[in-house]
Parts: sequence; C-alpha cells; structure tokens
Amino acid sequence: MHPALSVIFFTTLSGAGYGLLAWLGLSIFMTHARADLMPALQPLYLWGLAAGLALSTVGLLCSLAHLGRPARAWRALSQWRTSWLSREGVMALLVPLPAVALMALLLVVDPGPGRAMVLGACGLLLAALSLATVACTAMIYASLPPIPAWRHPLVVPVYLLFALLTGLALLFWLMAALLPFAPPEAGALLTLAALGALLAGCKAVYWHRIDRQALPAGRGGAVGLPGREAAVFERPHTQASFITREMVFVAARRHALALRLAAIALLAVAPLLAWGLAAMGWLAPGGLLAFTCVALLAGAFAERWLFFAQARHVVSLYY
Amino acid sequence: MTALPPPPTRKLGLVIDLDTCVGCHACATSCKEWNAGGILGPLVDEQPYGREPSGVWFNRVHSYELAPGPAEGGGEPQPAMTLHFPRSCLHCETPACVTVCPTGASYKRAEDGIVLVDEDKCIGCKLCSWACPYGAREYSEVDGVMKKCTLCVDRIYNDKLEPEDRVPACVQACPTRARHFGDLGDPDSEVSKLVAEREGVALMPELGYGPVNRYLPPRPRRAGDGDAGEADAAPASKAGVAASVQRWLGRVLQR
Repeated sequence: MHPALSVIFFTTLSGAGYGLLAWLGLSIFMTHARADLMPALQPLYLWGLAAGLALSTVGLLCSLAHLGRPARAWRALSQWRTSWLSREGVMALLVPLPAVALMALLLVVDPGPGRAMVLGACGLLLAALSLATVACTAMIYASLPPIPAWRHPLVVPVYLLFALLTGLALLFWLMAALLPFAPPEAGALLTLAALGALLAGCKAVYWHRIDRQALPAGRGGAVGLPGREAAVFERPHTQASFITREMVFVAARRHALALRLAAIALLAVAPLLAWGLAAMGWLAPGGLLAFTCVALLAGAFAERWLFFAQARHVVSLYY
Repeated sequence: MTALPPPPTRKLGLVIDLDTCVGCHACATSCKEWNAGGILGPLVDEQPYGREPSGVWFNRVHSYELAPGPAEGGGEPQPAMTLHFPRSCLHCETPACVTVCPTGASYKRAEDGIVLVDEDKCIGCKLCSWACPYGAREYSEVDGVMKKCTLCVDRIYNDKLEPEDRVPACVQACPTRARHFGDLGDPDSEVSKLVAEREGVALMPELGYGPVNRYLPPRPRRAGDGDAGEADAAPASKAGVAASVQRWLGRVLQR
C-alpha cells in the first residue's frame, strides 16, 4: 500500500495526542478527590490537556490533506453504523468535550466536592474516548479483508500501545517541566524503555508473520482459474494507474530492513540509552526525556511507514 | 446509506467469456467514451497528451500467459495459452467498498444490486478502493472523488435509446460477443443459462464478497502436440483427384 504522508502524520501525531489525553484523564480520575494535590497538579493538567488537544487536532488536520474533497469532511460523521472511519470521526469529535470541560472546571469552578465528582467523571470519560478513537483508527485497517497483513491480531493492540507509549513519554516530559517539587528521575526513562521493548517485540512478531504470509488467493484464482498458473504477459495500461500507485506499491526490501532496524533502535534502544545516561548521572533526565519523546515519535513514524509500505493488497495479484 | 439493502432479487451483472475474449480493449475504450459523458462523468485524464498520461478507466484488460495445466475432469492436459482478462466492478452481493464508506456516498441499489457512488457526497478518502480486492474503483485526482463502473445504469434503463441499445457500452462494443449482460438472480435468464452451461465462475469467492459477475473459463483445448500432424496425415492417405484438388485449394486459401 502507498504510504501517504498525510495518513502517517495523522496516525502518529494524533496517536500521541490521544495517548497523552488518556493518561491525563486517568490521572485526573485518580486524583479527583485530592483537593490538596490539585493546585500543584493543575499546571500539568492544563498544559497537558492543551498539548493533547493540539496534537490530536494537528493530526486530524493532516488527515484532511488525504481527502480529495476536505470541505465535505463533515459527511464522514454519518455512517457510524457500518464504517470504522466514520466511527473514528465521531469519536475524534467527542474527545474535546470532556477535555475542554476539564480545563474549564480547573480554571473557572471553585474547588469543592461537586467539582471533584465532575472532574473524576470527565477524566474517566476522556481516557475511554481517547483510547476508543485510537482503536477505531486501527480497526479501519484491521477490518479490510484484501490486505491480510492488516488483519493480524496485533494490529489493534500495537496501535493502542503506540498511543500509550508516545503519550506517556510526552506526559513524563511535561511532568519534568511543570512539576517543580519533584525533580525528574531516571526511573521514568526505564519505564519508557520497557514499554518500548514490549512494542518492538510485538512488531518483531508481526514482521515475522507478514514476511511469511501469502495472499489469500493466487493469480490463477484471481482470474477465475484456480489451479492454473498465470504470468503477466501485458499490463492493461502503459503508464501507472491509480490502482498501481495506491495499491501495488512495493517497498524495496533493503530499505525496509534498514527502516525496521531503525524503528527498533528508536523504540527500544534509544530510551534504554537515555536511561543509562541518566542513571550514570552524565546528563539531566529532563533533557533526556525530551530526546526520548522525539526518538519514540520518530520510531512510530518509521513503523507506520512500514505498516503501509509492506502491506500487500490482493489486487496486486493482477499486476 | 452505506448499510446494505436486503438482498435484491434482481442481480444485474456481466458474464464475460474468457474463451472468446481477444483482448482488443474495445470494451475499455467504449466504456471510457460513454462514461466520459455518463452519470459518473466526466472521466478527466491527467496529462492526456503529456509524458505520463493517467486517468480513470472502469474497465482494464489484462493479458496473461497460462502455463500448461493438468488434465481436469477426465479431459486432456491443457497446453499453454494466452488469456485476456477484462477486469471491472463485479457488483458484489456483500460489497465491503459500500460498508466502509464513511459518508454514505457509496451504495448498493436495492432494486437491481448495482453498486454506485454519489459523487456529490464522496469526500475522496479512498478507503473504498482499499476495501475492494478486485481493483474496481479508481480515484479521480482531477475531481477529488471516487469513480467506478455504473453497469451503464444510464443506458440500461434509458427509454431514449432503442431497446437493443439498452445494454452496457462494453457489451455492445465487444466484437467477439464475449460480454453478456443480464439478470443473474433469475435462473431462467439467458446469462444464467450461459453460466450453467459453461460452468461460469466467480472471482475469488473465498474472500466472501459474493461477486455477481461471472467469468466463463476457456473451453478445454484439444491440446496434444500430435494433433496437428494427424490432421494433415489423414487426407494425404486418400488417393484420387478430389483429394489433390482439396489439398491444392487448401494451400491456395492458406495464403
């Protein structure tokens, strides 16, 4: 499949945004009754919610670039009964409601038991909606029978893990910057390294599988003659067509291997390295957290490019 | 609505004879010509006279080399042959291209099963083209919307046309009559009888899309390398003037 930059930017940026919002929602839910902690945490929550909303919105705007008629995008909200893309759109529009409500509550409403209750409910709702949006994004891909690589059971968990990992890295970085009473510790980097290693392991399993996966039919079956061997004698068109550009995209094996190694290095090795540097006391954890954020996002970007470029579509049988 | 209608009783579709298709692309060009002005038109090309011409076609004719095949059903082993394969929308019974559409632009008609795109609603997200294993949908870079075969819905019901012209443009244009149009939901229709007689097949039915169009596989070839020699040898053994005249005529007509 053709790796469209608009879709790659969308899924990585909005994934990180929704991951950050999910962690913030959970955090607010868990601290909603602690009136003593809330003033100290308030800057983190406010800036975090703003950053999460900004990232997810930028991601959504990137996805509009993939549309032929972006001005009609509102129509995509109508078919949530059958279409995962529509469900994703609906979810993405619902997420800002609890997020903005949380910001308003923290900024405008005086602390009290009533506010605490609503904070908790909105926090939980925000976490659920954010993760549901990411799951809908993954289901768009996982529900397409012509692309067997995307039907793998790890596709949805990996999308969720990427959102949670990049979101958590951003949260740790914001904590280092906005919570002055607790100087950042190296432990956060080790947590990121462990999650990154888990994700890299999932991807290794996925890559191992798709490298050995055949398309669900042969070329003989594609032309209605299963059992016969067919070789392309002449293509129907002399130039590339939409079908060959979009669906018969083939990534060079050499480049793909290099990108896979780069993704593993960025996801698992970079956070571990950052943790090592911090644990030795050679560099400050704050700067290393920023480095880890960038590395993880770059790793997500490389993985997402491969996710598209290495997925074979059944229609390629005809070419 | 992208939810599918209840299964229609009429299933309009095409039956394509791979035995007689000669790969002339007349179906593809006549389709392009008609649909450039049809309900999904215009089918604008990019750089039609430039270095890399590209554009939307609803019909694409592939050509393949079939390797020699094993004997089937007690017949002879099949020799290598050329296969011309016209590829277009199969108007599936459970088309995922319709259900994945987020806008309701893609729909399957309840009355005859034709799968269409409402161009005024399409946002050009291309997801339907990903959902189609047969490559039936092509995106127009110029219009920013998805295009697909309409089964010439603006011909087959068009009472401004003569009754014999109310068939898809590709069917009318085919010089070898390899393309047939009709109701595949009616077991007594001409096309259904043809499919039954020639053991027509659906493409990749295991994917679960329930294609309506059928392809008639090439008739078994009389194969064997010895056949040609035997045919020549038979008349040579006959004596007489009639046989010599026949051979002479045969040679003359071969030129």
